[in-house]
Amino acid sequence: MSLKISNTVKGKTAVLRIAGEVDMFSSPQARNAIMELVKQRVPKVIVDLGEVSYMDSSGVATLIEGLQLCHKYNGNLVVAGLRDNVREVFELTRLDKIFQIFQDVETAKANG
Amino acid sequence: MTKIIVLNLTSDPPLLSVMRAAVSKVCEIAGFDALDTSKIILAIDEACSNIIRHAYKGKGGQSIRITCKIKPTKLEFILEDEGEPADVKKIKSRPLDEIRPGGLGVYIITSVMDKVIYADGMEAGNRLVMQKSIPKDKK
Repeated sequence: MSLKISNTVKGKTAVLRIAGEVDMFSSPQARNAIMELVKQRVPKVIVDLGEVSYMDSSGVATLIEGLQLCHKYNGNLVVAGLRDNVREVFELTRLDKIFQIFQDVETAKANG
Repeated sequence: MTKIIVLNLTSDPPLLSVMRAAVSKVCEIAGFDALDTSKIILAIDEACSNIIRHAYKGKGGQSIRITCKIKPTKLEFILEDEGEPADVKKIKSRPLDEIRPGGLGVYIITSVMDKVIYADGMEAGNRLVMQKSIPKDKK
């Protein structure tokens, strides 16, 4: 199934909203959206995963790539709104130690 | 008594969501809670993705057969494909302190499942057996 993706860029912050199941079929869509923001060198990218009902390792890999590219220009990529099963993937792969994870987008905007 | 469900799908990534829905039901019947179910789904999904990516090199339309066996004390999945046999000795998860995209699938599979057995020396295709114990209080 395809993802529903939208983004809003305001000042130095972009909010990328992803909805659906992120797996090996759909993760290239998420990657393209993140790469678009990286190309613009947006200082802070908040990826809103509140509507992501499933994520596999290809989704996680996409986020790691985005984070590393943001760091190259001293930007940052954070994630927000993770559901329990998606948070579990981050914890299982110990990426909860690498990513800043926020309860929701508003908290992510105020911090990090 | 063992309950058996066999899922046959082709190696087309859009079908993975169908597989996940079916595995979710299997886990529910076996008595796993929502969190364990989501982890088991993830492990089976990673194994199927590896078949598509490595055994079939991304080629669609090829056979993936998943046999799910709900036994009294454990849930077993047998994944069989007809793709390029993997060199079992080379299958390993990468260290998690290497922060880089990719290579997490095998780590996830071995972390989630209690037993993971790759059949060695297959002349054609691959066979992967994965087992997860059903906690006593969930039986």
